[in-house]
Amino acid sequence: MSGMDDSLLVDLSRLQFATTTLYHYLFVPLTLGLAPFVAMLETLYWRSGNPVYRRMTRFFGSLLVINFAMGIVTGIVQEFQFGMNWSVFSRFVGDVFGAPLAMEGLLAFFLESTFLGLWLFGRDRLPRTIHMLTIWVFVAGTWASAYFIIVANSWMQHPVGYELDPLTGNPVLTDIWAVLFQPFALWAYAHTVLGGLVAASVFVFAVAAYHLKRRQHLPEMRWAWKSAIAMGLIAALGQLIVGDILGVYVTQDQPMKIAAGEALWETEGPCASLALVAIPDQEARENIWELSIPCLLSIVATNSLDGTVTGANELQAQYEEQFGPGDYTPNVWIAFYAFRLMMGFGLVGAAWMLVAWWRTRKGRLPEGRIFWAISIWIVFTPWLGNMFGWIFTENGRQPWVVYNMLTTEDAVSSISPSFLYLSLPIFFLLYGAFAIVEFILMRRYVIAGPIPDDEPMAGEPASDLPKQVV
Amino acid sequence: MGLPEIWFAVIAFLWIGFFFLEGFDFGVGILSRTLGRNEPERTQMLAAIGPVWDADEVWLITGGIAIFAAFPAWYAALFPAAYLPLLLVIVAIIVRAVAIEYRYKRPGERWRSVWDTSVAVSSALLALLFGVFWAGIVHGIPLTSDGQFVGNSLLSFINAYSLLGGLTLLTFSLAHGATFLALKTSGPVQVRNARWAMRFDVVAGALMTAFAVWTYWEFSRGSVAALVLGIVAVLAMFVALLANIRRRPLLAFWAHGVAIAAFVFQMFVALYPNVLPSTLDPADSLTVAGSAASDYSLTVITWVSAFALPLVIAYQAWSFWVFRKRISVQDAARAHY
Repeated sequence: MSGMDDSLLVDLSRLQFATTTLYHYLFVPLTLGLAPFVAMLETLYWRSGNPVYRRMTRFFGSLLVINFAMGIVTGIVQEFQFGMNWSVFSRFVGDVFGAPLAMEGLLAFFLESTFLGLWLFGRDRLPRTIHMLTIWVFVAGTWASAYFIIVANSWMQHPVGYELDPLTGNPVLTDIWAVLFQPFALWAYAHTVLGGLVAASVFVFAVAAYHLKRRQHLPEMRWAWKSAIAMGLIAALGQLIVGDILGVYVTQDQPMKIAAGEALWETEGPCASLALVAIPDQEARENIWELSIPCLLSIVATNSLDGTVTGANELQAQYEEQFGPGDYTPNVWIAFYAFRLMMGFGLVGAAWMLVAWWRTRKGRLPEGRIFWAISIWIVFTPWLGNMFGWIFTENGRQPWVVYNMLTTEDAVSSISPSFLYLSLPIFFLLYGAFAIVEFILMRRYVIAGPIPDDEPMAGEPASDLPKQVV
Repeated sequence: MGLPEIWFAVIAFLWIGFFFLEGFDFGVGILSRTLGRNEPERTQMLAAIGPVWDADEVWLITGGIAIFAAFPAWYAALFPAAYLPLLLVIVAIIVRAVAIEYRYKRPGERWRSVWDTSVAVSSALLALLFGVFWAGIVHGIPLTSDGQFVGNSLLSFINAYSLLGGLTLLTFSLAHGATFLALKTSGPVQVRNARWAMRFDVVAGALMTAFAVWTYWEFSRGSVAALVLGIVAVLAMFVALLANIRRRPLLAFWAHGVAIAAFVFQMFVALYPNVLPSTLDPADSLTVAGSAASDYSLTVITWVSAFALPLVIAYQAWSFWVFRKRISVQDAARAHY
């Protein structure tokens, strides 16, 4: 294959992996956050028998299920793609990376799908308490699933617990506990789960806003509104703390990612200044213009005023010495702005929740159209936040796919680029079509609102309902 | 026998679990469109797999990932080589899962009809493709001495033997699905499926016999294990046929389990000691020993599986027990509006 074909193949493979992964991640955060929310509703219903909780469990449960189905199948695609498009990567990392993936399948995937079936269809077949517990097992499955995937990803960001095989040069697993419990993975996991909880809170908040604006389903939606605000504010606060701690680990383990994310070309410190806005020039390796606040970068990246933060140029020189000539700087434009958009979109929902909490205190329902419009349309922000977070973290470790070990360029399968001309449009068409169907269904269910107890709902058995003969 | 051999067997076991469980889901998916005379009957048939099909499909994910974890070099050679067939598999998996879920989300003949056709076509395609895929592996693909695949991603997997494998798995799924429906539904749907289970068993049994003979004769001649497994597969299909004739679907269901286990194990015996034979030169084949992960890594996943697999089987069996009740056309209609 010619060099041009090679780089085309790498670009197309990256495009396919990035788009299918981001698409998969449309569904993951909502499942992570909404599952415990629905489990909590189910538990409240179990304890009190209050029909308000029952209606809400059914309502939010059906939204969870619509979302979950797409999350599962788009996740399967990822597990195929490692081999199909990144076979050099797969052969290289399989000994280490395969273990957490196998654990996900064996310990989490079976659990979530079996117990979702039991919860969804088992209401009239299981004792009440057992039925209530099945959704908690489902929640445990989804959270465990996310854990193992983050463990695998964190190993790519910061490889630990391995030795290089003297024969093949591939990493060989020597300490699974180091892989499972390295702080990088644990904090990244907390960061991911909190991102899911924020997304689900804003989602429930916006759904409640839609109905409260119309003064309908008031008992359900007032409760949803209040608990979404509580959950969202706690999760966002947690995210501020966890994000900051994770940032310190990233600074330590992947200094180039932070340098790029802050558009910091020259090493600064003590009292490194944080650029709020910058126009980076990747070629000249400097910023054409920036607006910065003194000392703030030292504080956020190292948690101390006199911490030094290493710049991209110094790191580039270090890398060249260590790994030979090459470009070791990720795209700074993407890193810098993805980082900021992640934080902005990730937190704006919680910020608006504070306003909304104040405006609706003591059960008030404001009249203003703008207030409700913002409360509804804000629903998209946590999704953008989560996606920019992944763009930041995955772009930021380029050119590496396994940090300091294997470059993305070298990781790709040696297949004909024409395969990607086939598979890319197929994924775009299929995913695009299902995104539309999914959105229409979600919207329809949200607008319909919680339905009365004597009407059965899609996807839910209802043997305790009056018989209808077809 | 070392850990690589154990994992070679575990992978066979996971794929058996997949074909045994998802096999009837595939069958039901196809049959709901063809044997269901109207929308309520189709709903009734699909409702029979409603609570379990998703968990059945996890056996595929685990079966695929186990290849990645236990035999990284096998996974890395096989998956890019099979790029086009696997792309088709992915498309069919996505369409099928989405169709099964979304058909319920709105009432109405037109909406459901479109999704039900998608379920049937994708189910048939998947059963066929997985048979072609595995028989294609047993047959071998053109691999050079440095493990590079030099064939055509689609055509290298298609030959008379692999097509027979595909048709065997497709007809097996139909027989298995009809048997499952005879077991799990009531009314006219039950009667119709019981009758068709018999017919499908005749065809599937004949194809499986041909496949077992071919596997033995061309790929494992002289191996006692392959011979015995072939005979077991054929006998089990015969027992299934007799059981379906005598209206004993539960016995037929388990006989199918024995048949599919013997079918998969015979292929794995024929493969061994290779995992991916080269059609260019047998010496270039990828072997169990040559593609296995390290001992430590295999030990880790062995402990995890030793803990998890019995548990998985236990709670999945429990979930089948919970949903053991036969489903009538009225149950199904009430369940999904």
